[in-house]
Amino acid sequence: MDLTVIWFLAIAVLWTGYLVLEGFDFGVGALLPVLSKDDTDRRVMINSIGPVWDGNEVWLITAVGATFAAFPAWYASMLSGFYLPMLLILLALIGRGVAFEYRGKVDSAVWRRRWDAVIVAGSALPAFLWGLLFANLVRGLAMGPDHVVTTDVFELFNGYALLGGVLTLGLFLLHGAVFLSLKTDGPVRLRARSFAAWSALVVLPLLVAFAGWTQARSGEPWTLPVAIVSVVALALGAGLVRRRREGWAFTATAVAVGMLAVLIFGSLFPDVLPSTTDPANSLTIDNAASAPYTLTVLSWVAAVFLPLVLAYQAWSYWVFRKRVTRDHIAVSH
Amino acid sequence: MALDLARWQFGITTIYHFLFVPLTIGLSVVVASLQTAWHRTGRTEYLRATKFFGKLFLINFAMGVVTGIVQEFQFGMNWSDYSTFVGDVFGAPLAMEALLAFFLESTFIGLWIFGWDKLPRRVHLACIWAAAIGTNLSAYFILAANAWMRHPVGFEIDPTTGQARLTSIWAVLSNDQAWSTYLHVVSAAFIAAGLFVAAVSAYKLMKDKEPRERELFRKSMRAGFVVTAIAGVVVTLSGDHQAKLMAQYEPMKLASAEALWDDEHAAGFSIFAVGDIQDGRNHVNVQIPGVLAFLATGDFEGDVQGINDIQARYEQAFGPGTYIPNVGLLYWAFRMMMGLGLAGVAISVVGLWMTRKGKLFPYRWQYGLVVAALPAALLANIFGWILTEMGRQPWTVVGELLTANSVSPGVSLTEVAISLSAFTLIYAVLAVVEFGLLRRYVKAGTAAVMPYPEDEPEPEKTDDRVPAFVY
Ligand code: HDD
Ligand code: HEM
Ligand code: HEM
Repeated sequence: MDLTVIWFLAIAVLWTGYLVLEGFDFGVGALLPVLSKDDTDRRVMINSIGPVWDGNEVWLITAVGATFAAFPAWYASMLSGFYLPMLLILLALIGRGVAFEYRGKVDSAVWRRRWDAVIVAGSALPAFLWGLLFANLVRGLAMGPDHVVTTDVFELFNGYALLGGVLTLGLFLLHGAVFLSLKTDGPVRLRARSFAAWSALVVLPLLVAFAGWTQARSGEPWTLPVAIVSVVALALGAGLVRRRREGWAFTATAVAVGMLAVLIFGSLFPDVLPSTTDPANSLTIDNAASAPYTLTVLSWVAAVFLPLVLAYQAWSYWVFRKRVTRDHIAVSH
Repeated sequence: MALDLARWQFGITTIYHFLFVPLTIGLSVVVASLQTAWHRTGRTEYLRATKFFGKLFLINFAMGVVTGIVQEFQFGMNWSDYSTFVGDVFGAPLAMEALLAFFLESTFIGLWIFGWDKLPRRVHLACIWAAAIGTNLSAYFILAANAWMRHPVGFEIDPTTGQARLTSIWAVLSNDQAWSTYLHVVSAAFIAAGLFVAAVSAYKLMKDKEPRERELFRKSMRAGFVVTAIAGVVVTLSGDHQAKLMAQYEPMKLASAEALWDDEHAAGFSIFAVGDIQDGRNHVNVQIPGVLAFLATGDFEGDVQGINDIQARYEQAFGPGTYIPNVGLLYWAFRMMMGLGLAGVAISVVGLWMTRKGKLFPYRWQYGLVVAALPAALLANIFGWILTEMGRQPWTVVGELLTANSVSPGVSLTEVAISLSAFTLIYAVLAVVEFGLLRRYVKAGTAAVMPYPEDEPEPEKTDDRVPAFVY
């Protein structure tokens, strides 16, 4: 296989990892007001993702860093082309990261309420925007032969992309709720379980619509089964969580999110940023890539270190495998 | 105009990021060392200090993380032509930084914060060390990338695309400019972190009457002084080396930082100068003879190039244009870096002497001076970067790419204005919040993170209790 193809795959894997992992912590953050009755509930929720959210976010940093290294032109056109939405994502991630760390540091209800609002906005906004941006990536942007994106920011809010955004928001909420039902106990777990089951009634049709639309506009024959697996996994996840098979339910929603990412990258390939102005102007894995030497270096680095990263991240999930409950919260302070 | 705003944005966001970075680099090691001391000796005093400085470290760390993400996106958002030009070379260390260092850092910090009662002590200690190593490793990669812009090596220009193409990753990672900068920046970071510990301790000694607290902070103040004093030696040696590299690779920067207008034999080091930038000469210049020549070449009789002569040579090499950076700014940035930073080192050395054998400072203002040394050290770090980055102008990659050709052509003035205002605003708010929190925790003292046993009985522990460090 060509190095460019391998690196396209590597970047798809990093984004998939990011969406699956940060997907649930976005969901948990955005569900804060929905699934809690008091501050202890909220602390149960936040502590369920406490040890892992930063590690999850590094998947994003690595995906973007790897894009810079392996496909500089893709990195440059995508980030400058999506300037304002990217700015919003950055602001959201800044606020949210600080909020997790600082909300418990002052014992005041007002203080905590403010940071909670930041967590909710900082989680819901990127959950929506990532879907919007990825849909636009598949759809393509206006781009001349110099690969400078000229799409107006309002055009990013087209029907297809809006559907993508609403879908990722809904999907992450559901995924987060399933995570909470797996990782907490007590009232939060019960509420999360019923939220997950009911929200599937909305999210499932959204997923069918978006996956179908994507498959129809730019899918490949092999992405059709991928789309179907995504939909089936989501339906299964919702069913399993109702039967209290939370571990399996979480696996299923993770597969649903993961397969959606595969569908998106599969529809993109071999372009990385299609031009709507003229297909000849599209950025592809060939004209956007770094030279073979750089890709070889990166391949060695990734081959050695990615397994290591996976191993210690898995270990950290294992260390914190116990459910978080209200009793735990009561002792601290 | 969009270029100017993009430059302002880069400057503001980077400087802001670099307020937290030196403290993270140094404090991670300090906290890990304190915890090691506790592990070895079993004395609760060390545990208390670990938890106290650990809390302050985490408050700072959060800001370092979130402001760092902006940096990584910013190259693509505001400097897309730069990114396409250098991505092949510059992206590799950046990707390595994420994969080797950031994952390590963030995963193990999480384990450390939440693992106090969950992990065996030894493993828990290893976690903070892993995070500290990750942090110090990340600095190497980003500094290697930055050093490449000042001394590009291991690449060629692709004849068809006109872009830089990596030919040797080893050349990039073993760049003399890279390891020299690393030593200099990391030792400067330890100066700042050492003074952080010393300043916090001095503040407590000034305000707090509790005898056990005073005893603890007397010791930690000395520990901070020791860190700063040792780092001071490394910063001076590596700074001298940095100047020699600068004379070699960026003579214009050195000449500007010294306001040296014409090539000079046995050049003197300027202490104070007033000059005329239009005219290209100084009115007043107080010098120590031969010292600049020594700094630049290692020989008091060496030759140092001057601004006007370099400008003429550059026009020959690169065509017409102005290759002179902001001389006044560089001149003072250089002096502020050395002056403010070394003042902190001097305070530490004197402080160590004065507090020997269990003594304390006789006057309150002496504690105040130690507290003031902390902002001075952070400023010294910032001025160092202003010297490095502004001195590189008009280039982003010396001799290869001009800043004017680096900016994103597709991003409008309005867009940059929006992002610049948004970042400035949110950073200003966060600065207030973080400073308030630090103050609060310093004021509360160690009892807030670990009550003294007589005051409040330790809560009895069972295995899966969530520890005091939860959100
Ligand atoms: C000398 C050291 C140094 C320098 C010059 C920079 N950084 Fe930094 N950076 C760090 C040292 C560091 C650190 C100490 O390792 C941080 C601070 C807090 C942290 O988690 O890591 C960090 C955080 C940090 C993060 C967040 C990592 C995470 O989530 O854990 C990113 C993405 C960057 N940085 C990227 C950059 C870029 C693109 C820079 C260039 C403009 C830059 N940093 C300058
Ligand atoms: C490694 C860490 C870095 C630090 C701490 C740092 C710091 C700074 C500082 C203090 C300035 C001066 C701001 C101003 O007044 O304009 C600056 C400017 C700038 N830096 Fe860096 N920089 C770093 C890396 C980089 C990298 C990797 C790039 C690659 C694009 C870069 C490109 C620029 C540009 C384009 C400017 C604006 C030019 C100017 O305003 O003079 N810097 N940086
Ligand atoms: C005798 C003392 C010192 C000398 C001779 C010295 C020299 C230098 C030189 C020549 C540079 C520019 C490197 C370049 O652009 O190529 C530099 C940069 C810098 N200095 Fe210093 N320095 C000294 C002390 C300090 C102190 C005390 C601090 C902070 C506490 C400090 C922090 C920095 C930083 C952060 C940079 C920017 C990064 C870099 O390019 O290395 N320096 N220094």
